[in-house]
Amino acid sequence: MTLPTSGLITVNDRGARAATTFGSVAAVGGNMVFIKKLTASSSGTLSFLNGSDNVVFDSTYKEYVFTFKNIHGGDTVDLTFQADTGTNTNYNTAITSTSFRAYVHEGDNNDIGFGYRAADDLAQGTGFQRLLHQLSDDNDHGGAGILRIFNPASTTFVKHFIFKGNHVGPTDFSRQWHFAGYFNTTTALTRVQFKMNSGNIDSGDICLYGIL
Amino acid sequence: MALVKYNDRSLRNLTTAPAAVTGNSPGALVHIKTLTASSSGTLSFVNGSSDVVLDSTYPIYKFEFINCHPSADAADLTVNFRDGGSNYDATKTTTFFWAYHDEGDSDTTLNQASSNDLSQSTAAQPISANPGNDNDQCCSGELFLFNPSSTTFVKHFIATSNSSEPANYSINSHAAGHINVTAAIDGVQFAFESGNIDAGTIIMYGIKDS
Repeated sequence: MTLPTSGLITVNDRGARAATTFGSVAAVGGNMVFIKKLTASSSGTLSFLNGSDNVVFDSTYKEYVFTFKNIHGGDTVDLTFQADTGTNTNYNTAITSTSFRAYVHEGDNNDIGFGYRAADDLAQGTGFQRLLHQLSDDNDHGGAGILRIFNPASTTFVKHFIFKGNHVGPTDFSRQWHFAGYFNTTTALTRVQFKMNSGNIDSGDICLYGIL
Repeated sequence: MALVKYNDRSLRNLTTAPAAVTGNSPGALVHIKTLTASSSGTLSFVNGSSDVVLDSTYPIYKFEFINCHPSADAADLTVNFRDGGSNYDATKTTTFFWAYHDEGDSDTTLNQASSNDLSQSTAAQPISANPGNDNDQCCSGELFLFNPSSTTFVKHFIATSNSSEPANYSINSHAAGHINVTAAIDGVQFAFESGNIDAGTIIMYGIKDS
């Protein structure tokens, strides 16, 4: 059969769905897939549960990305997160993690600091992991960042995460935060929860993406 | 209508698909603009100009800078933001730290480079330190800008990069901060602190949240 190399061709659904290759079209889908957006409104928690409310958090993707925008809470509260397995809702998976940050004051570029934050890391801790430290609800404060969780569905390996973010809080320091660590379990993670260490997430949104 | 059969060979020549196939969505990471330097003093992305979108269309924007090569040795790659008018002079408070290691394995450091921090300054922010201008030297990295169109909140950014330095160091730079204005940011400009961007590519993406 001679195939046409140019001109108009017509393909109906029956023909197209039987195909196993589809030219260069696959790339159009993109590698970063939007899954879910949760917007805080004086929210105690924001939770992403696999299989619930259109959330996918399983082996569909090897990497998941959470983005944080305009996160606000009460004075000097911290945004934190945890994960859990199966249908458990305790959010108390063991985490070992590291924490460091750099800061500069708005009013004095000699008022700076950089270093490890032992108070914010975990050593097989089952508490919530800090992500943004000392937030506030002023409009000129708040935080943003990106959290990546790798292969949460693995039943062989621990699950790693990496976070980088920035925030400005009640004392008017701009702080650049770095957290990384792993959930020390070989059970698949199925859910992730975010909350302040005190009070509510007053405003802001958290989006979940899958990386193909 | 008669059924026309096509096999894999014919379908694989297609380069576009109907919306039903792509789900009306090009993915969450949407390419907006690629700028390629050629002895360029600056590379600027301005909302509404040259097909650039930098407004409330996307909540987060990502810039990838790849193989940016300076004309001047050890000139930092910098970024600045436009918050009204035509000047790139938005007020910022920022942090900057770096790790570096020389090719000879004789020197390593991790510290805050305070000369690259800003406190309520309108100056350009270094995002990649000291790339050399030898033919094989350059810097590459990424920058995320959060919610630039907000007229309520300050705007945060975070940047990560690596550069190859004139004395043959590898430098891992981390910059972040907040643009301390409530006016919308409608332009982002990249430049070396001196000289030109001899070569390199900066790609702008929007990240969808729906």
